[in-house]
Amino acid sequence: MLLMNILKNDKPGLWLLGILLVVSIAVPILNLVVPENSAFHLSTYTVTLLGKYLTYALLAVAADLVWGYLGILTLGHAAFFALGGYAMGMYLMRQIGERGVYGDPVLPDFMVFLSWQELPWFWQGFDQFWFAALMIILIPGILAYVFGYLAFRSRVTGVYLSIITQAMTYALMLAFFRNEMGFGGNNGLTDFKDILGFDLRADSTRIALFLASATALAIGYVLSRIIVSSRLGLASVAIRDSESRSRFIGYRVENIKLWVFVFSAMLAGIAGALYVPQVGIINPGEFSPLNSIELVIWVAIGGRGTLYGAIIGALLVNYSKTYFTAALPEIWLYALGALFILVTLYLPKGIVGLWSLRKTRKTQKMREEKT
Amino acid sequence: MKAMQALREFSRRDRVFDFLVQAEPPALDLSHNIILYLEGINKSFDGFKAINDLNLYIETGELRCIIGPNGAGKSTMMDIITGKTRPDTGQAWFGQRLNLLEMDEPEIAEAGIGRKFQKPTVFENLSVFQNLELAMSQDKRVWPLLVARLTGEQRDHIDEVLTIIGLNALIHDPAGKLSHGQKQWLEIGMLLMQKPALLLVDEPVAGMTHQEMERTAELLTSLAGKHSVVVVEHDMDFVRSIARKVTVLHQGSVLAEGSMADVQSNPRVVEVYLGE
Amino acid sequence: MSVSATTVTVKKTFSPLLFFFVSFFMLMSMTQQTIASEMPAESSLEDAWKTLSQKNYNKKAEAIEVIAQENPPEARPAMKAMLEGQLYYAKRGKALYFLKEVNDNYEFTPLFDTDPALKPVLQENRRGFKKVKVNNRLRRMIRQLLAVMQLKHEDADIRLAAVQELLKNPETEAADLVKNAIGKETDQRVITSMQTLLAVIQLESGDETAQLAAINTLANSLNSSAMNALAAYQAPTKALENKAQSAINKINDKRDLYAKAETIFFGLSLGSVLALSAIGLAITFGVMGVINMAHGELMMIGAYTTYVVQLLMPDNIAMSILVAIPAAFIVSGLVGIAIERGVIRHLYGRPLETLLATFGVSLVLQQTVRSIFSPLNRSVETPEWMSGAWQINEVLALTWNRLYIIFFCLAVFMALIAVMKKTSLGLQVRAVSQNRTMARAMGVRSKWVDALTFGLGSGIAGLAGVALSLLTNVGPNLGQAYIIDSFMVVVFGGVGNLWGTLVAGMTLGVINKLLEPWAGAVLAKILVLIFIILFIQKRPKGLFPQRGRAAED
Repeated sequence: MLLMNILKNDKPGLWLLGILLVVSIAVPILNLVVPENSAFHLSTYTVTLLGKYLTYALLAVAADLVWGYLGILTLGHAAFFALGGYAMGMYLMRQIGERGVYGDPVLPDFMVFLSWQELPWFWQGFDQFWFAALMIILIPGILAYVFGYLAFRSRVTGVYLSIITQAMTYALMLAFFRNEMGFGGNNGLTDFKDILGFDLRADSTRIALFLASATALAIGYVLSRIIVSSRLGLASVAIRDSESRSRFIGYRVENIKLWVFVFSAMLAGIAGALYVPQVGIINPGEFSPLNSIELVIWVAIGGRGTLYGAIIGALLVNYSKTYFTAALPEIWLYALGALFILVTLYLPKGIVGLWSLRKTRKTQKMREEKT
Repeated sequence: MKAMQALREFSRRDRVFDFLVQAEPPALDLSHNIILYLEGINKSFDGFKAINDLNLYIETGELRCIIGPNGAGKSTMMDIITGKTRPDTGQAWFGQRLNLLEMDEPEIAEAGIGRKFQKPTVFENLSVFQNLELAMSQDKRVWPLLVARLTGEQRDHIDEVLTIIGLNALIHDPAGKLSHGQKQWLEIGMLLMQKPALLLVDEPVAGMTHQEMERTAELLTSLAGKHSVVVVEHDMDFVRSIARKVTVLHQGSVLAEGSMADVQSNPRVVEVYLGE
Repeated sequence: MSVSATTVTVKKTFSPLLFFFVSFFMLMSMTQQTIASEMPAESSLEDAWKTLSQKNYNKKAEAIEVIAQENPPEARPAMKAMLEGQLYYAKRGKALYFLKEVNDNYEFTPLFDTDPALKPVLQENRRGFKKVKVNNRLRRMIRQLLAVMQLKHEDADIRLAAVQELLKNPETEAADLVKNAIGKETDQRVITSMQTLLAVIQLESGDETAQLAAINTLANSLNSSAMNALAAYQAPTKALENKAQSAINKINDKRDLYAKAETIFFGLSLGSVLALSAIGLAITFGVMGVINMAHGELMMIGAYTTYVVQLLMPDNIAMSILVAIPAAFIVSGLVGIAIERGVIRHLYGRPLETLLATFGVSLVLQQTVRSIFSPLNRSVETPEWMSGAWQINEVLALTWNRLYIIFFCLAVFMALIAVMKKTSLGLQVRAVSQNRTMARAMGVRSKWVDALTFGLGSGIAGLAGVALSLLTNVGPNLGQAYIIDSFMVVVFGGVGNLWGTLVAGMTLGVINKLLEPWAGAVLAKILVLIFIILFIQKRPKGLFPQRGRAAED
């Protein structure tokens, strides 16, 4: 009831969810039912690619929630994404079992290679999917809670906050590069075999992962929409626009920021967890500061503070990235750089803003014509 | 020995642990008919004494005007009352029981002190209605906010305030589009939504037309009695039109206090205002 | 207490030292006389070489002494070969050859390769050649003579190396040699080492007073051999044992102290690099409130400028660095001004957007450099005058390039302070940074000031790039590695405070280096980052926050 009310006021969101539904029905059919020699056949490669984009879109929604609605320009969401990914990666590693190169029933290959004798304590339990699933949400959540608790309580805001989130990500990246950390160092976790007993290379598993990503995106979007439509969402916007004023009318700014931040980090973690089985690897490169900033630009291009804009931006930028890096690899960084500059200079409200601008112009014209 | 003592203290049976005591803010106690005590307050910024041994008492239901030249410490005083700035020394009590110096901004606001800023600050991207809805006195913790729905009672309260501040027609417009005067009114409206016991109003009529000014004067005088109101203002005509009691601040301390007529005839006030 | 204790030991060491000196001088004068009287004639050298092929060991000994005395260029290789049993002579003609075994074959190369009649011989066996045989007495003698020859070498470094070599394996026989050499020695470092060596040898002597003197000498040494000698020393009395132990402690303390000093020096040099890269950022970030994510790339441009300058003047590497300094400042400064005029100008008051836009600029700059110079790393040649180290004592050596970087950082910093405090540009920059509207009202052309300030900050980034190019390889990713560190320094020091930036840079550098031996380089860096993140929680405005009422908001 409440949900229907909220969605009724969110036309673009409804459209988006509709399209997502259509795609979720069409993709499995085009991939599994339509024969391979048909022009309409969708290769498994493309399915995986689309699934990857959807996890990126979920990540973008998470980032938009804190940047668009709370005004926290986070440069640390890649870290939450990567942590979720590592939690999933650890589960997938434990699933390999004796099929590894060294054939050790418990230890992953890289540990055998480092001649470790037993599994470190933090790898315990990851052979159970439910435990891994819990960690996928908890680990980014706890990190976000601790970090946010410290940062928001001492009223670190604006660019300072951006910079220390970046420092956090950078520190994590350096840490995960170390072999001693026990996460596979430089190479990360890879060579996964199966998930929940299903072969990761099978088309049906790929489709299932794609559908899981689509579902996660839809649920993530709706939950975020519920938050921003609630009074909590209003308070978030109030905090974004004037933090001190919000305090003077009695809002515990740090608590509101903290919980929205934690929720957003959890979404990012889930996105990362869905990303890893589809791309088949997770390594410390995912923590790189560039990833975090790139993610912000997806949101900016789509249009911040709209949620659906973030999805559009993520899909668009990543599609062009795939296209450019294949066709004109030299150009991609120029294009990305130019995007950063042009969007901030000329498209402060993103593509979505452009669209609504046209709409208001149209209505203005109509009004003028009427008079 | 010390450890033993600590242990004994820890295991005392006549008390429960602090964290088991329900954190309930002590209620506002107005038994002595004074709502705000500022005693011996000092505050300096890098050697500049913004507040110098300030003593100020506001009675319950009173409308008090505070005047003073620039740099007299008016804004700093407001900052100290609302928890934005901590004084170097001194005491600040809200009623008999609430120590303002131990509370932060949201706590002070929740306890019942509302503040209107000198420069109108409303949430520009939110509508007039949403501004009022946010300011409403309500449970402002995270989870209750997430599940909160607008009740009929709350809706009536908002409508009531909308009528008072005369923004009924603009209810769904973003606050950023309002004129300067309208923003001032909206901010006063937000103050009213908080149902505060004490209103701190910083230059409420700056940038208002004469008519708007009159309405503001009417509004503020009507509020007095139900609420205590402290108005900081430069406009002497306005002050004269509402004031019952006036305090003159100068160099961070009280120079004179009394009725408008008393204050205006005080030779020290004349000296401060008209030059040496 | 401790102060008086040290003075006592110093006094005690003095008198035996004096005694040594006197005795050495006497010895020296005696030996010089003997050498002069035994000076052989020209022809005796040739005879001596020939004598080596004879069988009589006594005659051989005389010959070797003559050869060592004359010290022709062939003397040392020949004596070494003799020790190793690789000096041969041809049965026919008695000419001397070196033997070298090459893949089961024997290669004989003549000692005197100037003689055209003698040719290298390669054969499967040693037929036709005979070894120059030596006995133990001769071996000992040759070894000593070799050491003496080295001790007389013209190059002080080689003399020092010879003494150090002897120190590693001190033998009693060496004592006389060193006693001979020490009086003629002029180089203070060599003298110190020789004294240490003598003391080590003396420690083995039976005489307790001599041992005491030796311990006192060794206590002032920093040499590890001195330490080992003291550690292995079997003290005949309790007093001497205590003495030796306290000497060991003293050496250890000193070595620790110098090791600390070295760590701090490394820290300061790292800190200088950090401060240098952060100073430019402090201007653009602190004074103008602009987040310039392309700052690292401006450093990279400075580094590439250095590289290009070296390409342009390959014959004069020494000068190239001096040319590169102004060149890098100008190039990076101009690029900075272009960025300001093209992008940042439109984004004042929107710091988060500036962050994104300048990040875009950084990507473009990186890719541009990749297109022009290829993605491979380039290296900048370190000029001669910057290589090597300043050897303060046996333990502590400060490398020149690090020293120069510290000086360079301080010089840049002072120059910047001077610009800010003394010039009208500085005054205007400070005015604009404090109150833009007011400054404009007073007639400051704020746009012009913005552009120049940004240019200045960028130019300093270029200077940092010159310094970096001498430390690491120059590549397109050079800037990225430093940008986060630079931000940390600025935030740690307090935004808008140049002194804070310097202090913060140096502090972080030293902390990093102090942690490194304990935690490893990467972990040290992580710890520093965590430390800063926690520090910001505690003091959100940095070490030296801007104070006052205006800074409250």
